[in-house]
Amino acid sequence: MSTLHTDRDYESDLRKLREQLLLMAGRVEEMIGESVRALVDRDAALARKTIDSDHKVNRAELAVDEQCLLILVKRHPMASDLRFVTRALKMVTDLERIGDLAVNICERAIDLAPLPLLKPYEDIPRMSDVVQSMVRDAIDAFVSSDSDKAEEIMQRDDEVDELYHQVFREILALMIQDPRVVECGVHLQSVAKYLERIGDHATNLAEQVIFMVRAKDVRHAGKLGG
Amino acid sequence: MKRVVLQRKLVNALMVGLATASAVVALVFLGWILATLIRQGLAGLSVAWFIELPKPTGEADAGMANALVGTIQVVAMAIGFGVPIGLAAGIYLAEFGKGGRLSQVVRFVADVLLGAPSIVIGVFVYTLMVRPTGHFSGLAGAVALGLLMLPIVTRTTDEMMRLVPVSLREAALALGAPEWKMVLRVSLKAALPGITTGILLAIARVGGETAPLLFTALNSPYWSLNPTEPTATLNVTMFNYAMSPYADWRAMAWSAALVITTGVVLLTLLARATGRKAR
Amino acid sequence: MALLPDDKVKIRVEELSFFYGKTQALKSNNLEIADRRITALIGPSGCGKSTHIRTYNRMFELYPGQRATGRIRMDGLDVLDRGSVDGITLRSRVGMVFQKPTPFPMSIWDNVAFGLKLKGCTGTELEQGVTQALQEAALWDEVKDRLRASGLSLSGGQQQRLCIARALAVRPEVLLLDEPASALDPIATARIEELIRGMRGSLTVVLVTHNMQQAARVSDYTAFFYMGELVEHGPTDQLFTFPRERRTEEYITGKFG
Repeated sequence: MSTLHTDRDYESDLRKLREQLLLMAGRVEEMIGESVRALVDRDAALARKTIDSDHKVNRAELAVDEQCLLILVKRHPMASDLRFVTRALKMVTDLERIGDLAVNICERAIDLAPLPLLKPYEDIPRMSDVVQSMVRDAIDAFVSSDSDKAEEIMQRDDEVDELYHQVFREILALMIQDPRVVECGVHLQSVAKYLERIGDHATNLAEQVIFMVRAKDVRHAGKLGG
Repeated sequence: MKRVVLQRKLVNALMVGLATASAVVALVFLGWILATLIRQGLAGLSVAWFIELPKPTGEADAGMANALVGTIQVVAMAIGFGVPIGLAAGIYLAEFGKGGRLSQVVRFVADVLLGAPSIVIGVFVYTLMVRPTGHFSGLAGAVALGLLMLPIVTRTTDEMMRLVPVSLREAALALGAPEWKMVLRVSLKAALPGITTGILLAIARVGGETAPLLFTALNSPYWSLNPTEPTATLNVTMFNYAMSPYADWRAMAWSAALVITTGVVLLTLLARATGRKAR
Repeated sequence: MALLPDDKVKIRVEELSFFYGKTQALKSNNLEIADRRITALIGPSGCGKSTHIRTYNRMFELYPGQRATGRIRMDGLDVLDRGSVDGITLRSRVGMVFQKPTPFPMSIWDNVAFGLKLKGCTGTELEQGVTQALQEAALWDEVKDRLRASGLSLSGGQQQRLCIARALAVRPEVLLLDEPASALDPIATARIEELIRGMRGSLTVVLVTHNMQQAARVSDYTAFFYMGELVEHGPTDQLFTFPRERRTEEYITGKFG
């Protein structure tokens, strides 16, 4: 796909969409990092700042939506362009949801800040690192049309799931031992759940990339029956 | 810069002025001829002119009825001879010749014939029909006029039919029509208004011819309904009367000229009307 | 490139090449036209798509210097074989509608009756044939009160539907449409497209178009031609979302030239 469109305006429309998506994804990835940092450092101010910045992501979602509609109306994209634009439309909702989940983590971080530390954070920062890398790589794969990379991302989601179950069981055990830590424990379990959800959304992003590149729908593989 | 613009404007004004002046000069002479024709022609025109036979000079109520009828007769026969052959030849050129050797030759010959002086055609028919039979005849006149019409009809049919869009022919053939049916029912039909115009113009053209008739139909002071006999026509009669020393004959010649001109004008107007309808 | 089972194929084109004098316009085309489905041929101007369909009814043989080689089997019979298939009979089985509307200089009724009369239809049979064809072309309601009016008095879109009615009247098995809507406005185009979609199931339609959206909207199968070659042929949905060939991809996304 090294060849450019004969219509230069069309080419720049597509480039603009690509850049908007990249920017939005970058912002979302940052938000995950900030939210977990706010949690680990008990930094309620950072959490609030991150929550406030979510409107940028929401605005970016609208802008990407509009750019997609504009291209659909003006250009009637075909083949790879059509796939690119329609995938962008779907990916933008996943990205926006990831932003919302980061906001949720921030809210828990604010709640947890005054509470005593249950145990040192180990698995949650690890989960955060993995899902951040998943989001980053999914967008990289999207931009470079690299379906192998996308497939590899989907495997990383298993790691996230495992970590989640591990965190969940650990905290559950702590809560059974000492009912006074239940409030803290429930918040932490939620944070783990949010990170796990982010991993799912990142997986969705990867699936879209594979569809776009290989023309193969890997969503719900083997789950639809028939 | 400004000088150049001024210079261009001047040249333009000069050229427009020259062209307009030329058009006016041409129109003035044309108008003069027509005015003279109408003035002189109307003077000699009477009911008798249309219904009486020619009489010796000085006699009252002389007419050119036989020449009027003779002209219609000869032209009608010429149409009967020139139009079908011209039409067929034109159809051949446009539809079946397809740029082949024969069509190139036919087209060339038609073009030469188009430019041939009409007197040559008259002499040709004289040698062909008058000499062998030993006498002049209306039929020979008709053949001469028909020969004059032939190239006009052929070329207009050819041109008009070639103007019919290829897609129209293909549409007819695509329905499973044989070629000849396509030609007759679609191409010819589409070209017909244009062809009609061409035929009318051809009739107008030969209706005004005198030279070929001098060698063929000659003239006659009587009714000549038999086409094998010499036949009076307006053109030849007018020619004879105009050359005569008698004032009353010359007046009748002016009238004949007016009648012929009126006929030609009417045919031309009709041709223009059908041509416009086609568009 | 066998896309369809034999019993679903109406026309099988094998190694079709075409020459305008010494210039080769089609290069060994192999293509299957699905029976009673709509197949669209797309490609840039001069790619040979019109030339290609003009071989199906041997329209080219009216012009000296044009010739086709290869085989075009319609129901198994090679229509390029002049010995076994007569051109006039072939063209009454394979109808064609052109880019510009081509109403004959006669009445609406006579236009539609033209082909039927060639087949020897008379009386009520002729009457019914004309009425039915005009109804099928969705023109009946608009012209039923002025069947004697000239075909040229209709609007461009109506003229084109008249031409479709005229083609349908002779009950062809295959209908070739050579950019039938390219000279029409969007509303008239939409009518023609609706008409074409309605033929699905009863008639084998081959549609040449330079409008890709039209091909995507109307056809079941699409074939992409480029410089006389058949580059790709497949189900329309697939060709426009996931073309297999790079040249198809580049053409339909607008990356040519």
